[in-house]
Amino acid sequence: MKNEKKKILFGEFVTGAGITRALEMGAGKVVEDVKSSNLRGRGGAGFPTGLKWFLTAKQESDEKFIICNADEGEPGTFKDRLLLMEQPEKILEGMAIAGFAIGASVGFIYLRGEYIYLRKGLEDAIASMTKNNFLGKNINGSNFSFDVEIRLGAGAYVCGEEFALISSMNGYRGEPRNKPPYPSEKGYRDKPTVVNNVETLCYIPYIVTKGAEWFKEHGTQASTGTKLFSVSGDVKHAGVCELELGITINQLLAEVGGEGAKSVQVGGASGLNVAEKDFDKPICFEGLPPGGSIIVFNHKRDMLHVLKNFMEFFVEESCGQCTPCREGNYRLLEGVKMLEKGECSVRYLKELEALCDVMKDSSKCGLGQTSPNAFLSIVENFKTEILYR
Amino acid sequence: MTTGTRAAIDELHEILLKHDKDRTQLLPILVDVNNYFGHIDSNAIVEVSRYTNVPIGEIHGVITFYSFLGQKKRGKTVIRLCRTISCDMAGKEQIVRVLEKELGIHFGETTEDGMFSLEYTNCIGMCDNPPAMLINDQAYGDLTPERVVEILGSFKLSEYQDMFGYGGVE
Amino acid sequence: MSEMIPVQIDDIKCEVEKGTTILQACKSAGLTIPTLCHHPDLEVAGICRICVVEVEGMSGLQAACAFPIRQAIQVHTSSPRVRRARRVNLDLMLSEHYGDCYTCVRNGTCELQDLAMEYGVDRYRYPSTTSPKFRIDRSTAIVRDQNKCISCKRCIRTCIDLQQVSALETANKGHDVLIQTAFDKPISDVVCINCGQCINRCPTGALRSNTPNELIWQAIDDPEKHVIIQTAPSPRAAIGEEFDYEPGTSVTKKLNAALRRLGFDSVFDTNFTADLTIMEEGTELLTRLKKALVDGDSSVKVPMFTSCSPGWVKYAEHYYPEFLDHLSTCKSPQQMFGAILKTYYAKKMGIDPEKMVVVALMPCVAKKFECNRPEMTDSGWKDVDYGLTTREMAVMIKEAGIHLKDMPDEDFDHPLGLGSGAGLIFGATGGVMEAAIRSVYEIVTGREVPFKGLDIAPVRGMEGLRDAALTIEDPLPEYKWLDGVTLKVAVAHGTANARLLMERLKTGELDYHFVEVMACPGGCLGGGGQPIPTSPEIRAARARAIYTEDHQLILRKSHENPEVIQLYTEFLGEPLGHLSHKLLHTHYTPRGRFFLEGV
Repeated sequence: MKNEKKKILFGEFVTGAGITRALEMGAGKVVEDVKSSNLRGRGGAGFPTGLKWFLTAKQESDEKFIICNADEGEPGTFKDRLLLMEQPEKILEGMAIAGFAIGASVGFIYLRGEYIYLRKGLEDAIASMTKNNFLGKNINGSNFSFDVEIRLGAGAYVCGEEFALISSMNGYRGEPRNKPPYPSEKGYRDKPTVVNNVETLCYIPYIVTKGAEWFKEHGTQASTGTKLFSVSGDVKHAGVCELELGITINQLLAEVGGEGAKSVQVGGASGLNVAEKDFDKPICFEGLPPGGSIIVFNHKRDMLHVLKNFMEFFVEESCGQCTPCREGNYRLLEGVKMLEKGECSVRYLKELEALCDVMKDSSKCGLGQTSPNAFLSIVENFKTEILYR
Repeated sequence: MTTGTRAAIDELHEILLKHDKDRTQLLPILVDVNNYFGHIDSNAIVEVSRYTNVPIGEIHGVITFYSFLGQKKRGKTVIRLCRTISCDMAGKEQIVRVLEKELGIHFGETTEDGMFSLEYTNCIGMCDNPPAMLINDQAYGDLTPERVVEILGSFKLSEYQDMFGYGGVE
Repeated sequence: MSEMIPVQIDDIKCEVEKGTTILQACKSAGLTIPTLCHHPDLEVAGICRICVVEVEGMSGLQAACAFPIRQAIQVHTSSPRVRRARRVNLDLMLSEHYGDCYTCVRNGTCELQDLAMEYGVDRYRYPSTTSPKFRIDRSTAIVRDQNKCISCKRCIRTCIDLQQVSALETANKGHDVLIQTAFDKPISDVVCINCGQCINRCPTGALRSNTPNELIWQAIDDPEKHVIIQTAPSPRAAIGEEFDYEPGTSVTKKLNAALRRLGFDSVFDTNFTADLTIMEEGTELLTRLKKALVDGDSSVKVPMFTSCSPGWVKYAEHYYPEFLDHLSTCKSPQQMFGAILKTYYAKKMGIDPEKMVVVALMPCVAKKFECNRPEMTDSGWKDVDYGLTTREMAVMIKEAGIHLKDMPDEDFDHPLGLGSGAGLIFGATGGVMEAAIRSVYEIVTGREVPFKGLDIAPVRGMEGLRDAALTIEDPLPEYKWLDGVTLKVAVAHGTANARLLMERLKTGELDYHFVEVMACPGGCLGGGGQPIPTSPEIRAARARAIYTEDHQLILRKSHENPEVIQLYTEFLGEPLGHLSHKLLHTHYTPRGRFFLEGV
């Protein structure tokens, strides 16, 4: 594990350098570079970005689309808010490069409704980049044109899931679809679509200008690059910090002044609750979920209350389509309330844990597949405190 | 403002005409109508249906899916307090009491003069400045009881000044 | 040539076309996978998660109905993970379902019950719903019980995607999700056309028809009442399915026997008035064509649309009220029968029409709405008292302890009991058109239609939209204005296809003279009151039964029906005559597609 704090996103960058370089390289080389950088989606799902671009690039279609997923809604996550506010040019440039790579001339930013106050800043950035010829018609004198439109969400966490997002943009309820077919084949308007997280797009200009090998010098072998962590809760320095993937919880807690924590929620409500004994585990795709949300709990916190907060969140935000998620989250919340009153038997708790496994196995989308993680990990870590009230 | 009057219908049409008649424009249309009128009532739904050719039942189904959209009229100033864990741990309950006391309503309700609505919302991405709330299109973090009272005061003043007009908040 | 992919499902190895779903692959390999939200007529939803299977190499279980096979895979359909997932998802559904099975119309035919039995459910794993949360919503035709809904969304996909009526909606999200009528308004206040296709596809008792059984029993048991039943061909081709017959077995004669034993005083054949409808509608068509094409009368609209499907009529009233003058003014055979019974027949047999109760056995749920339309009282009384569906009739027969299979063959009563094969094929999509052509062509030319066995194949079949053209050559002298005219006709079934036609009518591109529209996929044989389940195969089997029965009859053309001719001679006079107009024709009500009663 490297000791020096390597920074990418909080490092220097000249707007326009990325798209210029990309145009020189050619679309195929751009896709190759992103592929060999091993960059994985920074929204939580971690799908290899290069592969996503590759699959979409090879589709034959009169229209393709790039969508920037700015529907950041995972509890404890606010890194995209920061990027949207402070580095919109990087996002837009990443989108343009993505568009060039897959053959799209239109991009959208699906901006969650709660971030409506960031819209003006984004519109200004689009205007200035268009003026400087890094967006719009014939970028940098080439025959590649790329326009970006902002679409507002309206308060639905599930729309952060790529297919729910696409459904929402198509004018329907934000209900995820069955995969396959994937968005790379049939997405927005049934055309090939790439949905990328805000942060993922921000790395693209760097990869294109400094190369895949440079990118791979950060992080671990399987989890290359750095990651923006949104840290909140019982810490001295809440906020966004950029650290290499593979960092352990102990190291992170030292960074943010959160030593002596009782537990840390890694990856948001749909991530894992990690107790002290596991604080030496690394946060990366092969370790603890690297979605970026880090919520720290000190010893005064009642973990059952925390779990209840998470389950209430999922019961409300589930789209309601599939049985295991719609009914399962409800039963888990009901179980939490029973635990609060000391009315949950060990036998019934085992039923609920089996329910969690079924939800993870058979839910239609990531929401139902990951919401039981909070239940399982918190109950596992704090069984005595929770069960015998 | 309901869309029952001729003037309101005209304004609604102005909003509609800014969009294509495509189904992909449904959510942008609904967001604009909701932001302008404070809600999307049945008249508005009928007009949107006429414009986009999407059946009214489906439009209603879309509206009820998104928590920011609604048929019920919200106050001119909609306060959405985050209740997710980071804000919860930072003293959200105290803010709840202050808001309810100052406005004289419970969460989920609207003041009688139609000026303020109080709602809970889930994580708004202000976890580094908890507790936090959204008021219409602005986010406010690091809330304390004093700050909340101050913020409410500034809104109440501008609301009274604006009382006889209706119109969009951008 | 589609690429073939090798697949191993449990211990069966097979090859499937690329893109085949795991469910389809299992079916062709002879393996059954339980499903719930899947339905052969509907688009895939993949939301009940009952059909999940294990696919090696994939971390989560996959929905078999929604997973297209694109490369070689190995599937396990009953591994421990799969069995546990199916059972838990089923238990979750049961915990939400207010399961008062004893009082439910689907007791014994409920898919949720079937799954519970199959999976050996013997306890409620999660706290269950012990009391109803929702009020029951009732319209003339349809009853909706939200308490039994398990959110499989088959009704939604039927109403919005298949029929494109959109009377139902999915509201809210998360655990608050509700499958409800648009705006949660009462069914009678939304654009529901009463086609009942949602009932046919609902796996539980959440949707059912509004049953008049009790009232009919009361009438039968009342010695003062003379209870008449008219039966339509589609129920006769399908009611056997409720009595363990294979789909596609027509049981007309046994049913007659059963109905008499039930206590009906007279048993008549709606095919009789189907023939009457052809006389009236055929004459109306020729009159319209002459006025529009020869006399240039622009107030007379062409194409003319059939009007015997009450679901279609209501659909037109809601969505295309400006084109209602294209609809034939003829009533449906059911309604014509009621009007004739309470006037001509009552007088002829000396029965007080006040004491007459007319029941119509129909495949249709919209007929309940139709017989209650305020204008359907031309006889001076309510022309048809009750519309009874095939399913409801089966319940009555069973209640009376009658075994349909043991019944002797009995004929209809006369007069008004003789129907031609043309009238009989009304039950299939294209049947009205075919019956009309058989008669109109012969009336105009004096010759039989130039089709072998009178089977007008171009208008038959199950494609949603079909058309045909027939050139009139060498007509009889009084029809010489039709000489050389190519009669262009079209047939549509399912309101989604009706919509396609109507949109073309709106833009002026609809170039037909006569169009048959049936609201239900398959035509009446797929009606909302028919036995459940329904599928393309079952409907095709019922169609075969209907066309076979047509061939077994001697009388195959409406205009040759002696009892119809007698009716005109003794009573009506002539088609479109004054009395015909009064009793056999009707008008329509523009309704609009938004709210019925303003906002």
